Amino acid sequence: MLDFLISPLRKLGHTSINAIWRLGYASRFLISILMYSGQSLMRFSLVIREVYFAGVLSLIIIIVSGLFVGMVLGLQGYNTLARFGSSDALGALVALSLLRELGPVLAALLFASRSGSAMTAEIGLMKTTEQLDAMSVMAVNPVARVVAPRFWAGVISMPVLAALFNVMGIFGGYLVGVVMIGLDAGTYWSQMNNAVDLHFDVVNGLIKSLVFGIAVTLIAVFEGYDATPTAAGVSSATTRTVVTSALVILALDFVLTAFMF
Amino acid sequence: MPSDFFIELRNVSFAYDRRLILKNINLRIPRGQLVAIMGGSGSGKTTLLRLISGQFRPQQGEVLVDGKDVAKMGHAELFAHRRRMGMLFQFGALFTDLSVFDNVAFPLREHTDLPESMIRDLVLMKLNAVGLFGTQELMPAELSGGMARRVALARAIALDPALMLYDEPFTGLDPISLGVIALLIKKLNDALGTSAIMVTHDVHKSLDIVDHVYFVANGEVIAEGTPEQVRAAASPWVQQFVRGEADGPVHFAYPANRGLTDDLGVEGGGHA
Repeated sequence: MLDFLISPLRKLGHTSINAIWRLGYASRFLISILMYSGQSLMRFSLVIREVYFAGVLSLIIIIVSGLFVGMVLGLQGYNTLARFGSSDALGALVALSLLRELGPVLAALLFASRSGSAMTAEIGLMKTTEQLDAMSVMAVNPVARVVAPRFWAGVISMPVLAALFNVMGIFGGYLVGVVMIGLDAGTYWSQMNNAVDLHFDVVNGLIKSLVFGIAVTLIAVFEGYDATPTAAGVSSATTRTVVTSALVILALDFVLTAFMF
Repeated sequence: MPSDFFIELRNVSFAYDRRLILKNINLRIPRGQLVAIMGGSGSGKTTLLRLISGQFRPQQGEVLVDGKDVAKMGHAELFAHRRRMGMLFQFGALFTDLSVFDNVAFPLREHTDLPESMIRDLVLMKLNAVGLFGTQELMPAELSGGMARRVALARAIALDPALMLYDEPFTGLDPISLGVIALLIKKLNDALGTSAIMVTHDVHKSLDIVDHVYFVANGEVIAEGTPEQVRAAASPWVQQFVRGEADGPVHFAYPANRGLTDDLGVEGGGHA
C-alpha cells in the first residue's frame, strides 16, 4: 500500500533530479564550447564548412516556406482587412507579422527540424562509431574540433535565414496582394515603409532569431554529444532535439516578445 | 634512469558506478614489446586500454606510462601523452566525412606545422606501408572492413608513436584481411620499435605475433607468459580459452537464479 503511494513520488523525484542534472550539464557544456571557441574561430574554415551544411543547405526549405507563409498571410490578411475597409494596410500587416513573429519563429522551427536534427544525428553517430573517442585519443579536443564550429555556424546562420524568410514572405504577400488581387503596388510598399521601424521591428526580430539560433544549436549539439551510443540512442536524441527546440523557441518567443514589444 | 617497462599498472581498480570492472590489476609492458591482453567479452580488456590512454581514471592504483602516472596528469600533460600514442579502434573509427587521405593527414595537420607538400608525402608513405597506396581519394564508405582497419592503422602511426594501442584489431575480418592486419601490426612494431598493447580474443593469430600475453577474467589477471608458456599452460581457464571449449571454468550458460525446467514447472529441474 505504502509502496503504491511512494513509487510515483520516487519516479517524479528521479525525473526532476535528472532534468535538473541535464540542465546543469548542458550549462557546463555551453561554457566548455565558449572556452574552446577561440580555437575554432581562429580556424574559421571549419565554421564556414558548417555554415554551408547548416545554413546554405537550408536555403531551399527557408525560401519556399517563407514564400508560402507570405502568400497565405497575403490571402488571409486581405480577407480580414477588406471586411473593415482597410485592405490598403496589407503591406504593413504582412511585414509586421513576419518581422516581429513569424519570420524568427518559423525560420527557427524549420532550422531545428532540418539542421538541428542533422547536427544531433551526425555528432551522435560520430560518438557511436567511436570517432569522437578517436579524436580525443589523438589529442584533439572534440568540443573544439566538432562541436564549437557547428555551434557558431548555427548562431551565424539563424539570423540570416530568418532575414531571408522575411524577405521571401514579404515577396509572397506582394505576389498575392498586388499581382493576384490587384492592390496598388505603391500603397503596398508605402504602407509597409510607414509601419515598420528599423530598430523596433527589424532589429528586435533579428535579435530574437539570434537568441533562437543560440538555443536551437546548443540543444542540437548537446543532444548529439550526450546521445547514448546506440542506434536507438541517436534516434531518440534526434527526436529530443526537434521537440525540445520547438518548445524552447515558443517559450523564449513569449519572453522576448513581452520584453521587446 | 628510465624503467625497463614502458607501461606499468600497479594495484589498479576501476568501477563503472558501482560495478567493479578491474580488481587490483598489476601489469607490466616492457619497452619495444608487443603484448596481448586476452579475455572474454566484458572482462575489462578495453577498459585497460582506456585507462592507459587517460580516457578513464582509476579509483585506485597507478597507471604509469614512461614513468608518469596518467591518472594524475592535467589536461595539457594528458594531451601531450596522447600525442606520443596511436590507437587502432575496433572498427577503425575513421572520420566518415573525410577522405582516406584527409583521415591519415588529420593528426599531422592538427599537431604539426608541416607544409602541405610534406604532409602529402608522409600520408602517401603511411598508406604505402599498409599496402593502400592509390586509395587516398576514396571515402571510408567505399572501403572494405579490412581496408578501413588498415587506413586507421596508417592514421594511428602517422606521428610515429612511442606507444600503440590496438583494440580488438581482428574483429569481423575475413581470414585474409585478418592475416594482413596481424602481419602489419608485427612489421610496424618491429620497424618503429614501439611498445604496443593489443586487446584481443583471437588466440591463435595473436600468439603468432606477440611477445607476451596477459589473460584477464572477472577483472583480474589470472595468467601470463610468453606464447609458448601459454600454449603449455596447465590452467584450465587458459586451456579452455586457447582451445575455445564451450564449457569449463567459464560456463556456457548464464548463471540465472532459476533454470528453464523450473520455469516450465517440469519435475527434477535444476539450475543452470
